[in-house]
Amino acid sequence: MQQKIAHEYRSPDSFLSESLQDKVLDIIILVLVLFAIVITLFPFLYVVSVSISDGTAVAKGEVMLLPKGLSMDAFHMVTQYDQLWISYKNTFIYTIFGTLANVVFTCLGAYPLSRRQFFLRRKLNFFVAFTMYFSGGLIPTYMVVTALGLYNSRLAMILPVLISTYNMMICRSAMENVPSDLFENASLEGANDFYMMLHIAVPLIKPTLAVITLYYAVARYNDFFNAMLYLGKAQLQPLQMFLRRVLILSSSEILQQAGTTGAAAAAQNTLKIRYVCIVLATLPIFCITPFVQKYLVSGTMLGAVKG
Amino acid sequence: MEQKKRIGQLVSRDRYLLVMFAPVAAYYIIFCYLPMVGLLMGFEDFKMGSGFAGLFTSPFVGLKWFKQFFGSVFAWRLIRNTFLLSFYSLIFGFPIPIIFAIAISQLRSASFGKTAQVITYLPYFISTVVVVGMMTNFLSPSNGIVNQIITKFGGKPINFMSNPSWFRKLYVISGSWQTFGFNSIIFVAAIMGIDPSLYEAMRVDGASRWQMIIHLIIPMISGTIILLLIMTLGNLLNVGFEKVYLMYSPAVYETGDVISTYVYRQGIESHNFSYASAVGLFYSAVGFVFVVSSNFLARRVTGSSLW
Repeated sequence: MQQKIAHEYRSPDSFLSESLQDKVLDIIILVLVLFAIVITLFPFLYVVSVSISDGTAVAKGEVMLLPKGLSMDAFHMVTQYDQLWISYKNTFIYTIFGTLANVVFTCLGAYPLSRRQFFLRRKLNFFVAFTMYFSGGLIPTYMVVTALGLYNSRLAMILPVLISTYNMMICRSAMENVPSDLFENASLEGANDFYMMLHIAVPLIKPTLAVITLYYAVARYNDFFNAMLYLGKAQLQPLQMFLRRVLILSSSEILQQAGTTGAAAAAQNTLKIRYVCIVLATLPIFCITPFVQKYLVSGTMLGAVKG
Repeated sequence: MEQKKRIGQLVSRDRYLLVMFAPVAAYYIIFCYLPMVGLLMGFEDFKMGSGFAGLFTSPFVGLKWFKQFFGSVFAWRLIRNTFLLSFYSLIFGFPIPIIFAIAISQLRSASFGKTAQVITYLPYFISTVVVVGMMTNFLSPSNGIVNQIITKFGGKPINFMSNPSWFRKLYVISGSWQTFGFNSIIFVAAIMGIDPSLYEAMRVDGASRWQMIIHLIIPMISGTIILLLIMTLGNLLNVGFEKVYLMYSPAVYETGDVISTYVYRQGIESHNFSYASAVGLFYSAVGFVFVVSSNFLARRVTGSSLW
């Protein structure tokens, strides 16, 4: 429906039959792409290697790319730390319920805005789009959220970010591209708008919804900002707050609970503990994103180029 | 009378759409438009603790806070830092996805290109906390890998994260590392939209592959490039608060402190709500001018705009 047919052109000449100039270009391009892959992967590979390497080798700076020795003690230390599991649980609560609410509200907004005969369509489109141009900013928003009593409430992670206007616009454009006779026929048979949204619009924009769901889920999973502003209680804080404490501020809390004493042992383990935390925190993202990959292009295209 | 009747008819015809949109409208009113009303406090001497109602009872002070901000030594530094961080991100970060997309499209193996894409867009989905956490630890003067390498070659460890002359470089490079793969998706799609017969025609005429890039691919995707450039310009001053906040420390305020972090410190940390919202209002207003003009430009240049 929205997708242009993708043509792929690859040079039909074999590498050997090419001119020297083309050969050089081929090699430069290959090197460029390989370089891009290496600099993308290296940090992650290094982090994983350090996290499972022997502590002494890490402290001596012997781990460069591949693990040296094998020791899972940092994993044991981190996984025994209660706050990790509390924040993991919180993050999953915020991600699951937050994403669900995001997608439902986005569809509820996108469908009326996509219906051409809706008499408030233009006015409401402006009402929504204006918030992309101008916002009250941090302080007034903070005032509103706290005045609603959302400080130290789980809802503070969901309600203030219920809808991303940009995602709703993508969703609206996709719904606009659904052939209108489908709606007309359904309407003649007596279907109301709720029925048409659920049974016509939503099923037909599944690829777009998949991408939007991914964007929302990643945003909820990675949300640090709202947690920092509105969640003071450690019991409610998500993984990102925990990560910030451990990665950027200090890892001493984990070391203490694990009963590590002495500066040498602490120095050995600090880096490993931090990298274990990175591994544990990024694993879910690495597991999920490749599955949505096939939808990514069409979803992104729609967002940037209308129609 | 006649008009009222007509509106009544429309409301009853579109009642399902109205019901559907009502919760969405409530979200926008509470979390987007109410904070705009809250900006009033930028013109008042608003005291913490008077709640949202205090907005209408606090004494009016006119432009006092704006004068205080522009009279302070921080104003110029904050505006300069905000602008330069985005400007360098644009100059450095904008061309890389285009070059990468062209390279991907010119690879001899389509499946290798797909793999390269899937790998390079992964960092986009990693949280800012993790990216800054990795950066902080890689660059740590005591046990970071970068300084380990520097010392191995006889150099002196550099304290990157607390050195003002490194802040912008680190911000821009890490930002580009995180987004180049994802941002290239749209360009790859634009290149795939080029009709293969155009390449064939050039090949028959004896054009080299380099000439195809210069005279076919780049002109064909220039529309996409310009549209995205204009859109990026519109968000030029939208420096990510989260990343700066996680990266900076008082030692690098000279280059790292931006308007949004200053607003945060003044408002949330020091409770100067009125002053902070005045500065925030200035920031929102400048942002508004940028987005509106970029959208206007996009409409003029390409005949399409985002909304």
